[in-house]
Amino acid sequence: MPVNKKIRELQEKREKVLLGGGEQAIEKQKAMGKRTARERIMALLDENSFNEYDLFVEHDARDFDMDKKSLPSDGVIIGSGTIYGAPVAIFAQDFTVAGGSLGLMHSRKITKIMDHALKMRMPLIGINDSGGARIQEGVNSLAGYGEIFFRNTISSGVIPQISVILGPCAGGAVYSPALTDFVFVVDNISKMFITGPEVIKTVLGEEISMEDLGGARVHSEVTGNAHFFAMSEEECFEQIKKLVTFIPWNNSQKARMFEPGEPKPEYNINKIVPEDPTLPYDVKDVIRAIVDNSDFFEIMELYAKNIVIGFGRMGGRTTGFVANQPIEMAGVLDVDSSDKAARFIRYCDAFNIPIITLVDLPGYLPGVDQEHAGVIRHGAKVLYAYSEATVPKLTVIIRKAYGGGYIAMSSRHLRADFVFAWPSAEIAVMGPEGAANIIFRKEIMTAADPDAMRKQKVEEYKTKFANPYVAASRGYVDAVIEPSETRKFLMHSIEVSQNKDVPMPQKKHGLPPF
Amino acid sequence: MSKDDKQGYLNIDTSMYQTRLSNKFLKRTPYKPADPRIILSFIPGTVLDIMIEEGQAVKKGEELMILDAMKMKNKLKSNMDGIVKSIAVKKGDKVSKGTVLLELE
Repeated sequence: MPVNKKIRELQEKREKVLLGGGEQAIEKQKAMGKRTARERIMALLDENSFNEYDLFVEHDARDFDMDKKSLPSDGVIIGSGTIYGAPVAIFAQDFTVAGGSLGLMHSRKITKIMDHALKMRMPLIGINDSGGARIQEGVNSLAGYGEIFFRNTISSGVIPQISVILGPCAGGAVYSPALTDFVFVVDNISKMFITGPEVIKTVLGEEISMEDLGGARVHSEVTGNAHFFAMSEEECFEQIKKLVTFIPWNNSQKARMFEPGEPKPEYNINKIVPEDPTLPYDVKDVIRAIVDNSDFFEIMELYAKNIVIGFGRMGGRTTGFVANQPIEMAGVLDVDSSDKAARFIRYCDAFNIPIITLVDLPGYLPGVDQEHAGVIRHGAKVLYAYSEATVPKLTVIIRKAYGGGYIAMSSRHLRADFVFAWPSAEIAVMGPEGAANIIFRKEIMTAADPDAMRKQKVEEYKTKFANPYVAASRGYVDAVIEPSETRKFLMHSIEVSQNKDVPMPQKKHGLPPF
Repeated sequence: MSKDDKQGYLNIDTSMYQTRLSNKFLKRTPYKPADPRIILSFIPGTVLDIMIEEGQAVKKGEELMILDAMKMKNKLKSNMDGIVKSIAVKKGDKVSKGTVLLELE
């Protein structure tokens, strides 16, 4: 019957294209430890939820024998589906077809799904696995990339955009992930760089392997270009799925609420911070002692470890955390940690996620290298991000909050809504040692026993100023609370700030210190 | 992940904090003020031409060497009046960034 024949024709056409670059190319992909584009989409999305678009799109290039080449689906798969029920738009480049290279129609498919995601206000996930521009299509490839970058920018802060690097992503192509919110990388599979090892060798004579130049570890530990590191594609997909549960579908919504749950009893908030203020502790234990089910989803775990960022839930609601980490570089603020924190603060602000800041830092990292690297400019980003943010901002000063660090870490002055301090908090212009050296300089120098005088003056300063009560007497701190009261105070604060509404002066946009 | 991070002490405002020191911190190059008499290569490249010789007197702004890098012929000029004390490279040498090319006095 004619109808059945037509249906069979469709099915046959589909099957042919679904093979992508063919069995051999698929084998090669597998041999590199990589899954096919289609497998990746199926693994990431809820079962049976994927609707594919533009399966039959073909290129119409003619130069360099392109008219003789048939490239199934032009090397990229687009469509939409759900992740734990949340709608997502997705594209996945198919490395088995012309190395996943980007030609005009390939880019048209990607921009189509990007336009779709923005129009429908849903998250966009891009799986990058491509050799780069399709040289045979010349300037059309460049045009394709440009159209993608523009859309990444226009959608930025409106819908969540996630990039997954599951293969090479080099040259111009790498700017798309750089413009998105979160970049996921996998050990030995992800490769990101502007100029590759061959070009670097030819032009500059420097020798470096692809992995050392732009592998997953490099971008997770050194460059800060990646936000999540996984040892396998499976692990990566689990991370992506978990992230999607924490964030809203677009900037006019709040993230989905979950069942609240008490923190696990093994995290005893009273036992974490040592008595001696020069001894470190893991601030992540404090976070786990506060959040629902002690479930803390850390972001950029391997970069600028002296500050910790990530998501947790408080009473079922997604909350962003920023915390100084005393076990790493004494929790100082420096160039990298400022960048890491500022970016995350702005992410939370863009997507209606309240921010809880845990403070324990001795100040900024001194050094010529820091100064010459622009710690002034980078440090200012944190001040800017906190001041600009209109989501609920809650601060808990755990221990040291000295000088500029006190101001920068979500202080009342940057319009934090609630500032709590533990009895162990030391809110002062400087540490006791440093302060005593300056304020009591004369007494120490002219004393019969300068060392004994210095010790005495340090103790005096400690008693008088290294505590939360001076700040509390000024109302800079809203309440001095016991550690065990922290979760209660934070939960209530988040509840009452659900309808927070703060006007900002009219402007096209501010000028954060880029 | 970074197994070579080390436990140590960080001095902030004369207070010593026990903590783990990061790779970037441990690997940082201590600052050395630049010596205007020593001319370093500012970019990796190939020595294309050397216009002066040892013992020659040069004036500020005078061209000393041409470094072929990034498809450009980069002219290295003297930043002071002086005499060429020593030349560390010869024509055709490939140099990396920060290599000593010559010394003036």
